[in-house]
Amino acid sequence: MTSKSERRFDVLVVGAGPAGLAAATSATRAGARTAIVDAGVAPGGQYWRHPAPSEHGVSAAEVAHLHHDLATYHRLVAGLPAVAQFFQHHVWTVTRDRRGFVVHLVDRTGGGEQAVELHSRRLVLAPGAYDRQIPFRGWDLPGVMTAGGVQALLKGHGVVAGQRVLVAGTGPFLLPVAAGLAESGARVVGVHEAASPPAWLSELGAVIRNVGKLGEGAGYARVLARHRIPVRARSVVVSAHGTDAVERVTTMRLDHQGRVVPGTERTVAVDVLAVGWGFTPQLELPLALGCATRVDVDGSLVCEVDDEQRSSVEGVFVAGEACGVGGAALATVEGQIAGAVAAGASSVAPRLRRSRAALRRFAQAMHRSHPVPPGWVDRLSDDTTVCRCEEVPFGALRSMQQDLVGHDGRSAKMLTRVGMGYCQARTCGYAVSCILGQEPSGTSGFAERPVSSPLTLGALATSCPTENDPPPAE
Amino acid sequence: MPDVVIVGAGIVGAACAYYAAREGLSVTVLERGNLAGGTTSRGEGNILVSDKEPGPELNLALASRTRWRELAAEFGPDPFELEEKGGLVVATSDPGAAALTRFAEGQRATGVETVAVSADQLHDHEPNLAPDLPAGVLYPQDMQVQPVRAAVSLLAAARSLGATVACGEEVVAAERGPDGRVTAVRTRTGRYPTDAVVNAAGTWGGQVGERLGAPIPILPRRGFILVTEPLPRVVRHKVYSADYVENVASDVAGLETSTVVEGTQGGTVLIGASRERVGFDDTMSVEVLRRLAALAVRLFPFLADVRLMRTYHGFRPYCPDHLPVIGADPRVRGMFHACGHEGAGIGLAPATGRLISQMLTDGQPDIDPSAFAPSRFAQVTTG
Amino acid sequence: MSQPHFSFDGSQIPFRPGQSVGAALTAVGVRSWRSTRGAGRPRGLFCGIGVCFDCLIVVDGRPNERACLRLAEPGMEVSTQEGTGHGDLEV
Ligand SMILES: Cc1cc2nc3c(=O)[nH]c(=O)nc-3n(C[C@H](O)[C@H](O)[C@H](O)COP(=O)(O)OP(=O)(O)OC[C@H]3O[C@@H](n4cnc5c(N)ncnc54)[C@H](O)[C@@H]3O)c2cc1C
Ligand SMILES: Cc1cc2nc3c(=O)[nH]c(=O)nc-3n(C[C@H](O)[C@H](O)[C@H](O)COP(=O)(O)OP(=O)(O)OC[C@H]3O[C@@H](n4cnc5c(N)ncnc54)[C@H](O)[C@@H]3O)c2cc1C
Ligand code: FES
Repeated sequence: MTSKSERRFDVLVVGAGPAGLAAATSATRAGARTAIVDAGVAPGGQYWRHPAPSEHGVSAAEVAHLHHDLATYHRLVAGLPAVAQFFQHHVWTVTRDRRGFVVHLVDRTGGGEQAVELHSRRLVLAPGAYDRQIPFRGWDLPGVMTAGGVQALLKGHGVVAGQRVLVAGTGPFLLPVAAGLAESGARVVGVHEAASPPAWLSELGAVIRNVGKLGEGAGYARVLARHRIPVRARSVVVSAHGTDAVERVTTMRLDHQGRVVPGTERTVAVDVLAVGWGFTPQLELPLALGCATRVDVDGSLVCEVDDEQRSSVEGVFVAGEACGVGGAALATVEGQIAGAVAAGASSVAPRLRRSRAALRRFAQAMHRSHPVPPGWVDRLSDDTTVCRCEEVPFGALRSMQQDLVGHDGRSAKMLTRVGMGYCQARTCGYAVSCILGQEPSGTSGFAERPVSSPLTLGALATSCPTENDPPPAE
Repeated sequence: MPDVVIVGAGIVGAACAYYAAREGLSVTVLERGNLAGGTTSRGEGNILVSDKEPGPELNLALASRTRWRELAAEFGPDPFELEEKGGLVVATSDPGAAALTRFAEGQRATGVETVAVSADQLHDHEPNLAPDLPAGVLYPQDMQVQPVRAAVSLLAAARSLGATVACGEEVVAAERGPDGRVTAVRTRTGRYPTDAVVNAAGTWGGQVGERLGAPIPILPRRGFILVTEPLPRVVRHKVYSADYVENVASDVAGLETSTVVEGTQGGTVLIGASRERVGFDDTMSVEVLRRLAALAVRLFPFLADVRLMRTYHGFRPYCPDHLPVIGADPRVRGMFHACGHEGAGIGLAPATGRLISQMLTDGQPDIDPSAFAPSRFAQVTTG
Repeated sequence: MSQPHFSFDGSQIPFRPGQSVGAALTAVGVRSWRSTRGAGRPRGLFCGIGVCFDCLIVVDGRPNERACLRLAEPGMEVSTQEGTGHGDLEV
């Protein structure tokens, strides 16, 4: 590892997932003095999540069977020794200085908390995404988890979340989650996919051009068949039941409009419900720098980038899920392009462009065929929790809407405390903007997070600006 | 009955709308964005008398706090979280303590309640304060509200008295009759005939004044606030360091930070606020946050282990002489200003609203408004 | 090589190096370790990746640590978090 006293770089990459790893290795290869920063303990991000390196602990070999395309992972990781690495470092904000950017970090190595700064001429932001959630009755019971969280426990810690698990929501990601659980000894009582299978067919063109991805999917399907796991399409979890943890969940069928069909309730015993509705990109860092955004096919707010992964802000590149959710393969290609261009490469290999275009088409086809079915708002009752942190029930939002003209996300936050808690609206932001009938936007108050990772006032107060920092703006 | 259009649905526009509607005027509020989406949602809700030196602003503040208490009695305290918690100003040095004592004496003469607090009594009032602070003054009259709730409640009350509130309506111009009097206000998409218009556009009051043919000098002064993770009620009053008193009236262009630390009903502790003249610069300044954090930890050492959860910032509307502009504009008949309240607009809003409604109905103002008159600016009298 | 442990509300929880506190608790069947400030409801892991802040826990006297991120270490003292976790501060 490069000495940490070195704090000035040509290219600094935030995120060590597929996009960030690819960006960092291609930037170094192009000759740039490069750093990579990640909140996690090991390279890999969400897709190639790995346990913290340890002597007698959970080993990478042990979780290898849960992974795909580890060859690419190993190739990227092999490039890391030339890169300055900062793991267990959370970027809490990014600012500019005269020469480029200042990346403000909380160093959490060893369980402590220290504020430090790094400087870089250019940035590649590859912060990835997190599971998108919609509220339903009982979703705040322990044992209800995000699909990604269940997967992270398995890949990162070698822990199976539960004994009897139901997997639900929408999107191709539900399959690896169910397969991983089954292969690790959990009883998967069902995969409930809200989309209808025929919807896939209309997108066949894009799917066929991505046989690799399809192969991965077929592999999961075989695992599910081997374990006799029922996969139900057009089925949705409407409530979770239990006193202090989830004990049962009720599912219902959806009609072709995505509305629940009365009388189709079925209740099954589970100890874990893994649920996910696609992903929400983590945009606070690009937004802090003023990068332009757009709303993607899946309804997510994403960063606008050009053909070379440049954001609208000079010197800032964005790669991976943050410029459109599209999976690890796409993230890797985008990272490769971003890293090379950020390091000064004059052109992008046509092969990379072609593969990015095909992967994007595939991602968009997947989004179109896995929408969040409408009607979930109608299933909320006044006492259903919407904001988990501040325990704000749906009723509070509903009555605010009745009383008020001219509300938006920000006024909803001020009036009901929705999204004002510790997670800063990461979990409820998507749902609340749907409830308020608003398109996601960078200024709605649900994507902006001036403090991306909380840090103690003591750490902030005692941090000191590194030399050459310009005086505060006048 | 004369009509009035109020430009801006911040706390000041809301108070103007409420008092005017109560006088029986037919009121229309035009807001380009959302209700209380401007500076009103970007600050704290301190209603302070403690930070003001004797003079017209303090008189307005004393009147306004009486109005706030009336409003709370009328609406019930819940709609806007009015808390009469009192302010505790603490000195951080011996010279500071002497200055604070003198300042408080002057205020007492104008009717401000002050209670001197010695070093050993400070912890009876605020158990978590640093052990080494020399002295403080307690101001029982200081209070707080939740500004967005307050503005929304006032607008709702105005609506129930017949007022109309239109969002997404950006005012672009005024129409005037042959006698020079305002006859209508135009927005990007509509036209609102009216006899009078009130510029309650806060930090954008200069621009709105200009569009309506009556420019006034209003500038932005940026402020950051730190918000901690939720805590029990560990800070009882609004607690601030005495240097705040000097900063508020200061004319120094650079960055000023002084600390105000206060608890909220949501459990978070708010730490404000910096003052900078940087135009409408929206970028984060880590240096400002660092200073605010250091000052807060100086007052309350336990805060060192408490986490910062978010920050926000806003742009206070200020005039060169740091007084608000409240009153009729001599250049355009029917045109009134109610803006430029700098860091005290929440506190001063009800008294401002009432003054405006008295002016609109040719009633007797209950406080002397002459210090706030738009005609005090050369640009107004010569233009 | 004997397995390392940390304490959780007085009981000993075994873990494998590299696991988070939350993963180790999940592995022994503990589902929740926090009660919310409002309704006092139990919470545990939700997002598993440091995003949702549902899994807050007290580690060696420090509240509001994310159990899904904080790596388990031998001898750590971990306890359930009530409300804000700052109940020790004088009110
Ligand atoms: C929990 C979870 C599990 C997933 N598992 C799978 C899976 O098994 N299979 C699959 O096909 N897809 C999975 N995905 C989908 C996944 O989003 C992508 O396919 C892929 O990992 C995206 O790559 P990326 O590089 O864009 O982002 P990520 O892999 O998400 O990497 C982003 C990295 O940035 C870091 N980061 C973000 N913000 C900061 C900050 N402020 N400071 C420091 N570091 C920061 C994160 O710690 C993370 O390591 C999962 C998603 C989630 C949320
Ligand atoms: C960090 C900070 C801390 C503060 N703390 C306190 C405090 O503790 N106590 C206190 O009393 N004050 C405080 N303030 C000051 C207070 O917030 C302001 O004085 C007050 O909000 C001003 O209210 P307003 O209604 O005049 O302006 P705003 O709330 O800004 O309302 C003006 C409205 O006019 C609208 N508008 C603008 N142009 C047009 C147009 N052309 N057409 C239609 N509408 C238009 C805007 O969209 C806006 O909604 C603080 C301010 C800041 C920044
Ligand atoms: S489980 Fe979401 S932050 Fe830990």
